[in-house]
Amino acid sequence: MSERTAPERAPDRASPERPGAERSEPQIKVSALREGTVIDHLVAGTALKVLSVLGIKFEGAVTIGLNLDSRKAGRKDIIKIERREVSPEEVAKIALISPRATFSIIRDFQVVEKFKPELPDLIENLIRCPNPSCVSSASSVPTKFTVLRADPVRVRCHYCERSLKKEEIELL
Amino acid sequence: MVSMRDYSRDELLVFLDEAVRFEGYERPILRGKVLGSLFFEPSTRTNLSFSSAMQRLGGSVLGFADSKVSSTAKGESLKDTIRVCQNYCDIILIRHPLEGAARLAAESTDLPVINAGDGTNQHPTQTLLDLYTIRQKRGRLDNLKIAFIGDLKYSRTVHSLIETLTHFDNEIFLVSPQSLRIPPEFIEELDARGTVYSEDEDFFSIASDVDILYTTRIQQERFPDPVEYEKVKNAYRIDRASIERIGENVTVMHPLPRLAEISRDLDDYPGSAYFDQARNGVTVRKAVLSMLLGVPRE
Repeated sequence: MSERTAPERAPDRASPERPGAERSEPQIKVSALREGTVIDHLVAGTALKVLSVLGIKFEGAVTIGLNLDSRKAGRKDIIKIERREVSPEEVAKIALISPRATFSIIRDFQVVEKFKPELPDLIENLIRCPNPSCVSSASSVPTKFTVLRADPVRVRCHYCERSLKKEEIELL
Repeated sequence: MVSMRDYSRDELLVFLDEAVRFEGYERPILRGKVLGSLFFEPSTRTNLSFSSAMQRLGGSVLGFADSKVSSTAKGESLKDTIRVCQNYCDIILIRHPLEGAARLAAESTDLPVINAGDGTNQHPTQTLLDLYTIRQKRGRLDNLKIAFIGDLKYSRTVHSLIETLTHFDNEIFLVSPQSLRIPPEFIEELDARGTVYSEDEDFFSIASDVDILYTTRIQQERFPDPVEYEKVKNAYRIDRASIERIGENVTVMHPLPRLAEISRDLDDYPGSAYFDQARNGVTVRKAVLSMLLGVPRE
């Protein structure tokens, strides 16, 4: 469900858009990852929410860059997580928070996978329906949401058919 | 049949064309078939209309008209109720106060399920009978000027019909008090579909050559301040004089029950279609029952 690209050298900076390329904007030097995940191009201000999606128990170091300069978006957040890869469910949740995020999976200092998340057509049991009159709120029914639009995100509850904008989406 | 959103324009037309064939048709093609009619909240017209449609085609009806007399009152889940009731019938009709209940019911059984209203969400056969009536009265579903008047914020009937009409090419007028304007998501839908529409508070702002006037009841319970209700309750009252002002060719529709919004002096006006809607409800529901049960008209 995601666009994957060929392996490349692991990013050693907080802005791994083009590793090794000359950059005119200021960058934060951080140590290279041996194993782990870099989540780049997060919408500025969403990194802490993304971390809460990933949970707070990490074995390795976590580096967070907040409100960094970005040529594409103006400002962005970035997260580097040592010894941790992301599950498809986590990718889908992060796509709901920050649809243009990019994921780089690092193994032995090499980017073995780089992809942008793509929301599935149907999101199951990831979003809470805020409608108190929805059968999924009132019963113990797993929620289902149809993705109407990926960016900006717009989803519709499979049951009560209410459509939610990004700011109305509450993750389970 | 859970939601109008599940159907394309062509599929809607198939239902409407089939309904024409059931006009006045009363052969017992559904003899031996049982409609399980599960009304978790009260209804008069929908309940009676479906029962009439089923019985006029020779089928029978069982069920309850109030959740207080069902096992729900004992705490049974909706899924369990459906799993049990599917043993007693061939098709399930459900009205439920929770939105999405009909979808959940349909996922809980292999029997066909008809949504007779789930909270403020969908009531697909009401929308079908409205389309049927529009086509019956105007001869088409495209190139019409259709005005919706009254409570456009909470009316499930209006929301569903407006959204379904985006399959067709019409001009829509939305007339309501500020406090009862149509929710923004429906405006976005109209924009996305390229439907021509306008919003206004003034009833007489609508085009004088409007084809359909779809009026709704302004519900007093929606107004926390009774003074506000008093201000708007008669603002959209349609009578013979208002019809003369906007044009005698207009078809007046209303899902009923009506209060003051349609004057009784309109009942004998040739363009009044609200009682035809009630009659067409039986015709459309006969066609829906026949098609969903896979028993065609002989």
